[in-house]
Amino acid sequence: MQYHLNFNFIWRYSEKLWSGLLLSIELALVSILIGCLIGFALAVAYNGGGRLTRWLVAAYVEFIRNVPLLLLVYLVFYGIPSAGGFAYGATESFVVTLSLYAGAHLVEVFRAGLDAVPKGVVDAGKAIGLTPWQRLAHVRFPVMLRIVLPALSNTFISLFKDTSLASVIAVPELTYGANWIKTNTFRAVEVWIVTAPMYLITGWAILAALRGLERALIPRRRA
Amino acid sequence: MSGAFAFVVGTIPFLWQGLLMTLYVSAIVVVLSVVVGVVFGVLLAYGPWWARWPLRAYSDILRGTPLLVVIFTIYYLLPFAGLNLQPLPAVLLALVMFKTAHVSEIARGAIQSIPQGQTDAAKAIGLTFFQRLAYVILPQSVRRFLPPWINSVTDAVKGSSLVSLVGIVDLMLAAQQVIGRTYEPLPIYLLAAAIYFVINYSLSTLSRRLEARYAYIRE
Amino acid sequence: MAEALVSIRNLKKSFGRTRVLDGVDIDVGKGEAVVLIGASGSGKTTLLRCVNALERYDDGSIRVDGVEVGFRGEGAERRPRGERELSAIRADIGMVFQLFNLFPHLNARENVMLGLQKVRGLTKAEARERADHWLAQVGLADRAENYPSELSGGQQQRVGIARAVAMEPKLLLLDEITSALDPELVGEVLAVVRRLAADGMTMIVVTHEMIFARDVGTRVVFMDGGVKVEEGAPRDLLVNPRSERLKAFLSRLEMH
Repeated sequence: MQYHLNFNFIWRYSEKLWSGLLLSIELALVSILIGCLIGFALAVAYNGGGRLTRWLVAAYVEFIRNVPLLLLVYLVFYGIPSAGGFAYGATESFVVTLSLYAGAHLVEVFRAGLDAVPKGVVDAGKAIGLTPWQRLAHVRFPVMLRIVLPALSNTFISLFKDTSLASVIAVPELTYGANWIKTNTFRAVEVWIVTAPMYLITGWAILAALRGLERALIPRRRA
Repeated sequence: MSGAFAFVVGTIPFLWQGLLMTLYVSAIVVVLSVVVGVVFGVLLAYGPWWARWPLRAYSDILRGTPLLVVIFTIYYLLPFAGLNLQPLPAVLLALVMFKTAHVSEIARGAIQSIPQGQTDAAKAIGLTFFQRLAYVILPQSVRRFLPPWINSVTDAVKGSSLVSLVGIVDLMLAAQQVIGRTYEPLPIYLLAAAIYFVINYSLSTLSRRLEARYAYIRE
Repeated sequence: MAEALVSIRNLKKSFGRTRVLDGVDIDVGKGEAVVLIGASGSGKTTLLRCVNALERYDDGSIRVDGVEVGFRGEGAERRPRGERELSAIRADIGMVFQLFNLFPHLNARENVMLGLQKVRGLTKAEARERADHWLAQVGLADRAENYPSELSGGQQQRVGIARAVAMEPKLLLLDEITSALDPELVGEVLAVVRRLAADGMTMIVVTHEMIFARDVGTRVVFMDGGVKVEEGAPRDLLVNPRSERLKAFLSRLEMH
């Protein structure tokens, strides 16, 4: 049986893909933002906290990191409302899930980064009389940021790719759009040939932007 | 409380079959991807340009695309390429191809982390290329290879849950089928999560043991 | 001079546009210890690496025991040697490195045994016996089971020497083998080399230790800018340098 590629249907419904890609990027951005807040707060809590705090943070991180994201997506969207007797939209649900997921991965990144801030730099902050919060805001955070940026880039790209899982609870992002076109036109090959590069190229663009940010923030060292 | 407990226990036989499928898929993916991935990694590190160039493209493209999209793309592209596979082999192929891309990159990185002096010294005592690889480079690379690789093994177990989306009854889909009959999403999802957690947490604990065993260099 | 074991003729080598060796001629007789001196960047280490085919040379020839190292065939038929031939050639040329380059996943004995088993085809028992013999020769009989990370720099370098000489090479190349060592550890390594020289091992030595060059070297070659500037008997050359470049080099050394 000879199958002839025909992209006409894709162009007719390309709006589904473009709006989907836009939503994918939005989902990633919002979740990364919230995830960074969660991750940084918990990293600070972990590094300065007592045993109970450490245990709780570790439990959160280990649970999220060892369970498939797909399961977490279902758990938050179907599982939790069923027990709590409330409901929320698929998009909100997915943002909550991906933020918690991002937070767990980012705790590790930020924690390692805070540990890598040279002690002498913090001591210098003490020596000029900064309070602990001032030291965190003006010394530890900016130094840490420069240390973790390369690792952050990888995490961000991963999170962008993970937005494709929102399709399973009918959030109309890129993968969902692609699936919709496939279901309505039976042009599966064409639609995936177009969709995969959309993810690939967007991911590379994000990476290029982050690399640019790295170069701007981290002065090149000469040995 | 005891009623809820009995209910959860009652679902275990259904989930058990799914769990076996999850373990089967994960094992196939892990074993095949490590064999092919290490060969690709060696080629990426030492191969001629005509081997390196396509492998680099392969690895970068698959690693840059969401696993779900890779699965759908390969799943629907296979018949087009003249390969009419059943759903399970088709999705296995997609998972193996995806994981191989990651493993080849881990292997290449591990190999290239070995200092040039090691190759020089191995050459100087007259070892041939394959002897250098077998007795000097690869044994040392293991240490660098293991931590990210075990990480990728737990990723493979988690990623295997996506086979549920093409109708393979793994732990994920089995859980959903149970939920479809009982309308009790939360306990079932939590039970499934607990099972995944136990598998992956044991794997990462194992990896820390292995790392300690290979720590022959004081750093 | 005794029968030449190594003969290097018009050796040329460039890295990109930088010419590192620009037509060097050196002969090394059997049992000789030729010492190469010169500033860093003078090409002496590259020359050493060419002799062991760790670098490919562009032009000229290096013959060890009558065999061209890097190429096969003559004239228009000349082709770079393949991996397998190079391995066989390297097996008969020992090399000791500046940074030791011991295999960190193998203990001292296994470091020495690897080439004996895999290249020389000795059985495990034979390889072990010969490894232990050479470890004893370099004074490390009690360190055979230690991994490189458990040894001092001087001990690591002595294992490196044992690993090279256990292969019973025709020629031994020493590449600044003491320059990564703490000063107090230099002596133990040089003592081992002195004994090898006295036993008639043919050597090409790159070093910054002028006293060592004078004591062990049968001949000293001074290189600068990729060419041989001067050569002669150590006592003569180092005491009465003729060229301005060697005079400048030696006076810089004395200031340190």
